[in-house]
Amino acid sequence: MPEPGSRAPHPRTLVEKIWDDHVVSQDQGAPAVLAIDLHLVHEVTSPQAFTGLRERGLGVRRPGQTVATADHSIPTTGRGLPIVDQLAAAQVRQLEDNCRDFGIPLHGIGSPDQGIVHVIGPQLGLTQPGMTIVCGDSHTATHGAFGALAFGVGTSEVEMVLATQCLLQRRPRTCEVRVDGRLAPGVSAKDIILALIARIGVGGGTGHVFEYAGPAIRALTMDERMTICNMSIEGGARAGLIAPDDTTFEYLHGRRHVPQGADWEAAVERWRRLPTDAGAAFDRSITLDAGALEPMVTYGTNPGMGIGIGGRVPDPAESAEPAQRRALERALEYMALTPGQPILGQPVDVVFIGSCTNSRISDLRLAASVLRGRRVAEGVRVMVVPGSDEVKRQAEREGLADIFRAAGADWREAGCSMCIAMNGDQLAPGQYAVSTSNRNFEGRQGKGGRTFLASPLTAAATALAGAIADPRALPGLSGQAQVVVGGR
Amino acid sequence: MAEPFARFTSPVIPLPRENVDTDQVVPARYLKVTDKAGLADALFRDWRFTEAGALREPRFVLDLPGMAGRRILLAGDNFGAGSSREHAPWALTAWGIRAILSTGFADIFRANALKNGLLPIVVDAETHRRLFELVAADPELELTVDLEEQAVHLPGDEEISFEVDPFARQMLLAGTDELGYLLAKTTAFETWEVSHPPRVDTLAAR
Repeated sequence: MPEPGSRAPHPRTLVEKIWDDHVVSQDQGAPAVLAIDLHLVHEVTSPQAFTGLRERGLGVRRPGQTVATADHSIPTTGRGLPIVDQLAAAQVRQLEDNCRDFGIPLHGIGSPDQGIVHVIGPQLGLTQPGMTIVCGDSHTATHGAFGALAFGVGTSEVEMVLATQCLLQRRPRTCEVRVDGRLAPGVSAKDIILALIARIGVGGGTGHVFEYAGPAIRALTMDERMTICNMSIEGGARAGLIAPDDTTFEYLHGRRHVPQGADWEAAVERWRRLPTDAGAAFDRSITLDAGALEPMVTYGTNPGMGIGIGGRVPDPAESAEPAQRRALERALEYMALTPGQPILGQPVDVVFIGSCTNSRISDLRLAASVLRGRRVAEGVRVMVVPGSDEVKRQAEREGLADIFRAAGADWREAGCSMCIAMNGDQLAPGQYAVSTSNRNFEGRQGKGGRTFLASPLTAAATALAGAIADPRALPGLSGQAQVVVGGR
Repeated sequence: MAEPFARFTSPVIPLPRENVDTDQVVPARYLKVTDKAGLADALFRDWRFTEAGALREPRFVLDLPGMAGRRILLAGDNFGAGSSREHAPWALTAWGIRAILSTGFADIFRANALKNGLLPIVVDAETHRRLFELVAADPELELTVDLEEQAVHLPGDEEISFEVDPFARQMLLAGTDELGYLLAKTTAFETWEVSHPPRVDTLAAR
């Protein structure tokens, strides 16, 4: 607090406030020692970190600010059976051993709280405004939806946080992403973030943290905000935040790990001081008009290669820049697409609905609203993978699972599944998929597989058509989608 | 613990591709390892090998004659996008790469590389283009990377200076890591904690 009579502090951004609140110390010329409030751990990026601790004879400094789950390499088929993949089985076993030996709570296979690490953090109320959150996973940016500074780290940093609950960090530059207007029916949060990345490119946000603002962002539910923050990293930004508001508090209220009673009131009062002050300066600013967006779909091999669903695959010959032309040529060769072809109507083999981007209950409701009473196209494999065991149970209670099964889709157990294709859920070489996940890199969903990224609505419409389809064209759907997507 | 980062000279491996993501550097199916060994074989796996495990023809640049033992990768714009997997720098260094030249690096990859004795060197677009031309004209062209001087030396007297985080530079030159530094800040953290009690308790049963 300022001393009486002192000048008011200079206006600060949300990021600066969180940053200032977490700097433990900083030596001349060195990065800041930044305290970490919550450390999320999963099986893939943690084993070597625990080995490092053992080699140095170190313990975990704050097990009570650490939580683990198994999500990446686990099967999404029945949970009663042992894991067939021996390497995956060993990795999951090692996570279990590490959590036991170091006293870290684990929501592993069989736990009702198991799920994708970025789905369970918010669900359990562990993700809260104003916190610093890290995980050995680039999609940690998801938690920024709550007004937390959340970012992915490597395994060396996982080890540092386990050992010290701190990290060495340079203060990031800030970039305001202002989204004005109002989404049209059938256009969703996923389309906002795909449009942003298509505009700035996959390296466009490097060195920056995004703060998403503006009326279109305020109108989004927490699930939708998470979808946007999740893909900040695909635009090069290590983190992306949204200032907390009543929508945030309403989502968090009553969840397991949020403060209760008088503590809740105090926490909300503290959180209300977090939003960026009027007059605070960002290093950069980008503006999008939500009203002008149509559903987005990617055509290439990085998330920046995206177009409106009514668009055509770009022609490399029209690229002025040689490096860009080469990259585009290579991408179209990998995707086996023809320059100038409309993306609508492109046949697909697989539709994947899931991942930390789009596997929460509202995503599944949207997909189910399209598939209800219909059948997926002959020969198309449709997988629906809930983000957590709790999402799965809720979807089953609401009858969504029955809708998916009746439509001919495969309803599975929670995990990362075909987003990263480590667990056997994968495309065959040459197959095309529309996927609600976050990455369309070469081979990301299986060696030789070809991915089109899109929203759950577009994915579900595509599942019915067997080819890339515009969800706005489905009879009687647009009104419903409007209620759900742009409803607040 | 890493070796001190010493000045070295090496010919260059040209990889003129933009936005090389870490899924290409190490495909996800190789992330099931629980140690850091053996990742050299996973490096750029799907660009190097066919489905059946044979080297692709034409060969990927790493597998061309004379490339083994080279320590400098000259990559296209924005290297290391995507996943935070530290397996990417582990695989690159296991193969023998010690420095990568590009016009830019993704943030997480850059941080991971610096913690593994792998130096990401950012050069401007014009220098970047010229380096590719020089290497195309003379594939045996040798560069000397000098972190102490923050310069890449070309044959003759020419040098390209580069920026590097001064703290990371110090760590690399000394061959020490950040964990030791952080452990020495324990008292400062405990003082900070007095005024900042934990926001959550993951061990609490409710």
